[in-house]
Amino acid sequence: MVRHKHQNLEHLIDFFAAISRFAEIIRDVIIRAPLIFKNPDLTIRQMRIIGIESIPLVIITSIFIGAEVVVQANFQFQGLVPMRYLGFVVSKSLISELAPVITAFVVSSRISTGIAAELGSMKNSEQLDAMTCLSLDSTRYIIVPKVIASIIMLPVLVIISEFFGYMASIIFVHFFIDVTMNTYLEGLRLFFSPNDMILGVLKTSVFGGIIAFCGAYFGLECAKGAEGIGDATTRAVMLSAILILIFDFVIAILFL
Amino acid sequence: MKDTILKLEHVKKNFGPKTVLHDVNIEIMRGEITCIIGQSGHGKSVILKNIMGLMKPDGGRIIYNGKVISSPITPDSEYDKVRQKFGLLFQGAALFDSMTVGDNIGFTLRERTNLTEDEIQARIRNGLSMVGLHNIEHQMPAELSGGMRSRVGLARAVAMEPDIMLYDEPTSALDPIMSDKINDLILGLRQKLNMTSIVITHDMSSAYKIADRICMLHNGKIIFQGTPAQIRASRNSYIQQFISGKRKLFYAMGADQEMDKQVNLSSIHKEAHKKTFGGVTELKVVPKKRTVGDI
Ligand SMILES: Nc1ncnc2c1ncn2[C@@H]1O[C@H](COP(=O)(O)OP(=O)(O)OP(=O)(O)O)[C@@H](O)[C@H]1O
Ligand SMILES: [Mg+2]
Repeated sequence: MVRHKHQNLEHLIDFFAAISRFAEIIRDVIIRAPLIFKNPDLTIRQMRIIGIESIPLVIITSIFIGAEVVVQANFQFQGLVPMRYLGFVVSKSLISELAPVITAFVVSSRISTGIAAELGSMKNSEQLDAMTCLSLDSTRYIIVPKVIASIIMLPVLVIISEFFGYMASIIFVHFFIDVTMNTYLEGLRLFFSPNDMILGVLKTSVFGGIIAFCGAYFGLECAKGAEGIGDATTRAVMLSAILILIFDFVIAILFL
Repeated sequence: MKDTILKLEHVKKNFGPKTVLHDVNIEIMRGEITCIIGQSGHGKSVILKNIMGLMKPDGGRIIYNGKVISSPITPDSEYDKVRQKFGLLFQGAALFDSMTVGDNIGFTLRERTNLTEDEIQARIRNGLSMVGLHNIEHQMPAELSGGMRSRVGLARAVAMEPDIMLYDEPTSALDPIMSDKINDLILGLRQKLNMTSIVITHDMSSAYKIADRICMLHNGKIIFQGTPAQIRASRNSYIQQFISGKRKLFYAMGADQEMDKQVNLSSIHKEAHKKTFGGVTELKVVPKKRTVGDI
């Protein structure tokens, strides 16, 4: 019984140690953030990897999101809600929740795992130690560019996602749904609110930070061996998914 | 008169419940090449990482030029001041695999020195040709063989011209001819730049060739420290077994349990010797000029 209590206590201590380590990484990154202007090429390279190379993924997902919202709304509305509200529902759900959150999820599955795996293997092959030996600050040269690139590129990806989502919904309505294009577009336009859109885009910067920090944290804490790296990537994507939802909720409460 | 540049005093290191370094005392003289030998897994790399400031000792202290740079209570900032005086060649080279070979060597030079880009390019070329590599600046580390990586790692570490170079098994991934070149290189660096070197190696012929002093690590303790001639003359069975690669004798002595008694040369008594060998005096562990009777 005593031993059991003891173990719980140890878990609790580990938990707080992990949180403080996470906070430490965030602090270290914030302190070094201004230094990115000294090596802009590092950040630009990460923006390409994190942002540009995610575009195909984002486009495919957003096309299906756009079409799916139309199908669902159309189905639920049948005989209950006038079809001129179809555009309204699609627009609201796409800009305020679906595009930002699902894009963040999809990108996180690519980026937070990528960062965790890269840092984990750098740690295991002693590359991080080698940087320390050469008086190179690994946080500054490796982690900061990824975090900044992620924070900058996620909003861009979401804008792309929203654009393709809209396009897909319009095309889908045109071909498959029994609503005139005018009615639909009218609905889209009528209830379009720039504030929703701005909030939806900006909050993805927060998601971008979450994605990069989760990847960095689990990469740095990675245990030795291939299993360690596999573990790190899984945890990174799990934690970033949870944190994205939590922060989405918090932002909704704060700003709506 | 040679002075001490680096001194490890009673250095201790634990990983969880496991103690890897019990009590390591090493003295490194300026401009000398010290080889550390010892069995795999006995903590040689851990010693280097402690010297390099990648780990902090759990006990004891490390003194560089008369100043304590690392101990359980010294802050990291103390070490950061002298970090650039040390260079380390990692056991697995540890090249940055997202950068080309040229950038691997040039990155620190760009970030940490005021050299112009032309000077940096020249240094990269010089460094690579010094280790016998040419025209590979634009290749990625993944395209290189193990031996080439370790040579690039060496070029990278030496590019900053450290005071003390640490080599973690620099020749174990190389063919004999290349090993010999690397040994010459280590000797050459001492001659040209008066660089102090600490070399971990399993290869006794390299050790004899380059070492001014050999330290032997066993179970987390330095059990021998002396010149190559002295280690050859050592009458400790374990040391003899290690340096000549013969196993029989060591087993005959009852292996590990006897080891600690055998460690200290003065503690080898005639009695113990008799007991172990049961009167077989033919089994001499005794090199040059001395006989069993002298002990
Ligand atoms: N970061 C670490 N965490 C836990 N244990 C470690 C760590 N680094 C080393 N060890 C342990 O310390 C011991 C000594 O390791 P070390 O790498 O120094 O051996 P070595 O003498 O260099 O061997 P080799 O000749 O094979 O390189 C090993 O048992 C290893 O498991
Ligand atoms: Mg080793």
